[in-house]
Amino acid sequence: MSKKQKNLIRILAAAALLAVAWALPLQGIWQLLAYCVPYFIVGWDVLWGAVRKIFRGNLLDEQFLMSVATIGAFALGDYREAVAVMLFYQIGEWFQGVAVGKSRRDIAALMDLRPDYANVLRDGQEERVSPEEVAVGETIVIHPGEKIPLDGVIRQGSTAVDTAALTGESLPQEKAAGDRVVSGTVNLTGSITVCTESLYGESTAARILELVENAAGQKARVENFITRFAHWYTPCVVAGAALLAVLPPLLFSQSWGVWVQRALVFLVVSCPCALVVSVPLSFFGGIGGASRRGILIKGAGFLEALAKAKTVVFDKTGTLTRGSFTVTRICPQQGTEQELLALAAAAESFSHHPIAQSVVAAYGLPIEPGRVTEAREHTGRGIEAVIDGRRVYAGNDRLMREIGVACGEDTAAGTVIHLASEGAYLGYLIIADTPKPDAAGAIRALKAAGVEKTVMLTGDKQAVAAAVAEELRLDEYRAELLPADKVTAVEELLPTGSPLVFVGDGINDAPVLARADVGVAMGALGSDAAIEAADVVLMDDAPAKLPLAVAIARRTMRIVWENVIFALAVKALVMALGAAGEANLWFAVFADVGVLVLAILNAMRALLVPQK
Amino acid sequence: MKKIYMMEDLDCANCAAKMEEAISKIEGVASARVSYLAQKLILEADDARLDEIMAEVVKTCRRIEPGCRIILE
Repeated sequence: MSKKQKNLIRILAAAALLAVAWALPLQGIWQLLAYCVPYFIVGWDVLWGAVRKIFRGNLLDEQFLMSVATIGAFALGDYREAVAVMLFYQIGEWFQGVAVGKSRRDIAALMDLRPDYANVLRDGQEERVSPEEVAVGETIVIHPGEKIPLDGVIRQGSTAVDTAALTGESLPQEKAAGDRVVSGTVNLTGSITVCTESLYGESTAARILELVENAAGQKARVENFITRFAHWYTPCVVAGAALLAVLPPLLFSQSWGVWVQRALVFLVVSCPCALVVSVPLSFFGGIGGASRRGILIKGAGFLEALAKAKTVVFDKTGTLTRGSFTVTRICPQQGTEQELLALAAAAESFSHHPIAQSVVAAYGLPIEPGRVTEAREHTGRGIEAVIDGRRVYAGNDRLMREIGVACGEDTAAGTVIHLASEGAYLGYLIIADTPKPDAAGAIRALKAAGVEKTVMLTGDKQAVAAAVAEELRLDEYRAELLPADKVTAVEELLPTGSPLVFVGDGINDAPVLARADVGVAMGALGSDAAIEAADVVLMDDAPAKLPLAVAIARRTMRIVWENVIFALAVKALVMALGAAGEANLWFAVFADVGVLVLAILNAMRALLVPQK
Repeated sequence: MKKIYMMEDLDCANCAAKMEEAISKIEGVASARVSYLAQKLILEADDARLDEIMAEVVKTCRRIEPGCRIILE
């Protein structure tokens, strides 16, 4: 039987015996003894703890103060109250233990990333070993249904991988030979052999577990406030109780019994437990709930800052946009769009430039090798090639001027490829990095959540930045920035009084991530640098996770403040009424345990993250 | 260096807060965090004197919460 179950039985037994003692028509010493039975059953460990603490000189301890309060009540003849105070105190303690245990288990279950074993291939034999024993470069086999133990590249086989434990994304990802798989994800459909790329200690799963475990090491400002408050609260309440018991009888020759009784009310509410438990529990829940959705927050302080953020600064490429080029417009002067694209693709088929390859990809059909001859690259301008016997030029406006073909002014948001053949202008293609599908929605959601300013930083040219900013409805953008300029830009935006959030992809922007109040790295699955540098890590690269993170942070902070205000208000009320003689011990202990239970239940809500 | 110790039977949040305060004051301790929720002590202390410091930490914990034990590997 666990300690908690034993305590529950003690509580129930004591409650029953209290009822019996209440019902029996006993008098004098017999009555006292009848109440002592449940009192000692439920309170012996508190009393024993109090005795030990007296010897250690630790008199402001809650067990000691509870013992004083209940023994005082016995001395005044309030037997029922004495037993009830001890009983409810223990109910509160029991509830706290159960609630915290449940939260811890919930979060441990969320972070169920730790692989138990790896099947390593050694001398042609599959051997089951602990993931820590596998070296870099060894071959491991992962069967369907098994957790991927180490990061690596698939050598053989193809499968679908469930990344939900890391990203919160429930749609499985298809993986085939040559693709990277990360530890902590689950192999669903096929057996794969993987060449390992990391030791267990440096694998994604180990890093993330470490990060989540260490999140408890950083405190939010409100937690520091609670710690300072708790430090002074108990001594002040005890001093108040002492004065209340002594001064009125001495100064105004009032009855000792009345004022000692009122002082005991103070002792019952002398533990700041409701605050001390519920505030960290709320943060614990908020951080745990966020991690279930693929959002890792490295400490309560960042959660707090995220909730207050008014300015969000984004990096463009790879964060708001896909980071890859696609053909966004086809504008033929002659013929059809498909003809123009086919011609452009043929001309570009010899180039390995990413822009050229995006044209080929947009065309999508194979290009017969014999069709294109005499392909020649004009560096920085474009390509000249003979296609089906026709000389074709594909390139920018400078190339067009050189061959004496008139084309429109190059003001488009993206890279323009003009096409001309035999002195005639054929039309142009626009190639651009397009925004991610959920980027506009993410910006809207941030605005709706109360973010006042959204800013985009980019090294890209003005026209491109303007078009993306317009499409996503960003408030501001800064274009043509060098990496160092981004730090300066963030520094200029910093002094607004409210925290600044910077969102990047973690590549090349570590200094900016560090400079911002909250640095958010996205698409961090498998990127160690991003996990290191950022304060908040979004495991996949969906911008929509950011408003979700803000929503979780806000909700957690609301729960924290609800608890702080509620607990303080109730304690203040009990003491005020107690001093005025309007609150007895029953009222005090109900209020105190009630606040504790309600604050804990409220804090546990933080773990429940809204699904959308 | 940062070290993490598991704690057994850390049953009260207020005691955790008091332990944290007391441990932080031990000489050679750079920072200490006692997490009631994680049941862990996260300690940053002078490596050279770690044994000595840990002995003091254990004593401090016993004074504040006699039932609680720090698991030293």
